[in-house]
Amino acid sequence: MTAAEEPRIDPALERVKTGIEAFDDLVMGGLPRGRTTIVGGTPGSGKTVFATQFLAHGIADRDEAGVFVTFEESPTEIEVNMASFSWEICLWREQNKLVFVDASPRDHEQMIVGNFDLAALLARILHAVRRAKAKRIVLDSITQLFDHFVADQTTVRRELLRIATALKKEGLTVLMTAERNSEYGEISRHRIEEFVADNVVILRNALDRERRRRTIEVLKMRGSRHVEGEVPITLVEKQGIVAVPLSSLRLEQKSSTKRVTSGNAELDKMTSGGFFRDSVTLVSGATGTGKTLLVTNFLAGGVAAGERALLVGYEESRGQLFRNARSWGVDFERMEAEGQLKVICLYPEAQSLPDHLLTIRELVEEFRPDRIAVDSLSALERIAPETGFREFLISLTSFIKKHEIAGLCTATNKSLIGGESASEQHISTLTDSIILLRYIQQAEFMHRGLIVLKMRGSEHDKQIRRFTIDGSGMHLGEPFVGAPDMFGDGAAAGPSS
Amino acid sequence: MSIRPTPGPVTKPALRLFVAGDTPGAKRALDSRKRLIEAMAEELEIEIVDILEHPAKAEDAGILATPTLSDDSVTPPRRLIGDISNIAQVLEFFSFSKKDVNS
Repeated sequence: MTAAEEPRIDPALERVKTGIEAFDDLVMGGLPRGRTTIVGGTPGSGKTVFATQFLAHGIADRDEAGVFVTFEESPTEIEVNMASFSWEICLWREQNKLVFVDASPRDHEQMIVGNFDLAALLARILHAVRRAKAKRIVLDSITQLFDHFVADQTTVRRELLRIATALKKEGLTVLMTAERNSEYGEISRHRIEEFVADNVVILRNALDRERRRRTIEVLKMRGSRHVEGEVPITLVEKQGIVAVPLSSLRLEQKSSTKRVTSGNAELDKMTSGGFFRDSVTLVSGATGTGKTLLVTNFLAGGVAAGERALLVGYEESRGQLFRNARSWGVDFERMEAEGQLKVICLYPEAQSLPDHLLTIRELVEEFRPDRIAVDSLSALERIAPETGFREFLISLTSFIKKHEIAGLCTATNKSLIGGESASEQHISTLTDSIILLRYIQQAEFMHRGLIVLKMRGSEHDKQIRRFTIDGSGMHLGEPFVGAPDMFGDGAAAGPSS
Repeated sequence: MSIRPTPGPVTKPALRLFVAGDTPGAKRALDSRKRLIEAMAEELEIEIVDILEHPAKAEDAGILATPTLSDDSVTPPRRLIGDISNIAQVLEFFSFSKKDVNS
């Protein structure tokens, strides 16, 4: 496109919200108004859903009518396929808020001789735009248009550019979808993005360790900043595409200085008054060191202080968790009956990580807890590729902080005596506090030790404290004398006698 | 395809020519239209549809390209897109020489 043809665009680049919140954040508030965005993706990556959602959000929430130019499915097919997302396409069509241009393949015999143009298509599109008084337009998918005139690619390119220019002149925000052959390769089959698009967005549906991993990535935004990298998305009934936000965008959470109890008076003392209200604490330890007990104390302590507490369990059943709590003198049943506590147990394998995150978000938004415990992150780690897990953790911790909830997560060490668990590696930089629980051998005795390894923004006891567990819970005792190694094989060394 | 049991007046075959305004391409197509009708000894009707004036007609017929010469009386419809100046080729595509004898 030459400079002369480029229509004037407000330098501030007014944004058009897509309705996919976290995606709008990636592009600094939405797609730039009056510009053309290519959404590329393999078949089944969610291009049509994205495109329809863009229009639906405009109609339902922004009072901006839309035009849908479909080259692939008929308008009726789109209505049927999008039914699960609860968009009122049928009603909007009646109200002329959504007008279709049906350029889907029809049964006819066609011969092309010599030169032609797509003036008819453009006229139909502009007609629809005027009928709807549209502000947004979708062309889905451009690849099909190329396939329709397979022998005349140059003509289609020229005509597509003409259409894009005309739509820009109308001030429309344009979204074109394009098919890709592979998840990582050329952006689109006909390199459409090179001549027609201001912005390029990629949807992916990659197979990663036998699991589908859907992501969205902003590849290019002409004249504007954007967040780089793939962001997980998921398709949700009645909503459409939901992008799972990464905390890196929102590190501006205010830090509270308000303390809440850990549920254990001794531990509160070690941490100079308890956890911060909007902080996330990681409890890491081998199996049997008392992680679930700390969780139970954390929940009970909150409830005793009049707070609402939520437990999301991935390792044990409700029955087991309730029985454990009872054995330490905590009555989960009564707390639940009084509406102070909610215990949800889920199989990690039941859904993908982004879906797990959405479940937690929904639970939090519904129950509005003051504190939340997740037991354990290691169980979730099993089901995810490493990158996905890290994204999940970032999202989870930032979500917890944003809602000013006190969070406690557990991670299980594979080794009994020490060493880092993988979740620990990931989460240690993301959490505000880390508590290690370890078996520590001294001479012929095996003890349990607890150390507050890190506590952001606060003084804390740096001693390794011995602790015991009995029918009334955890009891912190004296610090270890000598210096047992909390981290490695040396844990077995102990002081020589 | 018209399958009418009652014998009516013999209807001329009718095509539609979709053009966009008065571009050079449209003018050439209109010129070819005249020559086609002449070649058929007026036994052919070709309606001109200017899609700039009647975009809804293009929408109904599902026309994308101009010029398009379309025969909607057959199933599936037949469409010739682009250059329609080769009269013999056009008549052959729409099978008119044969049809002409029958009708």
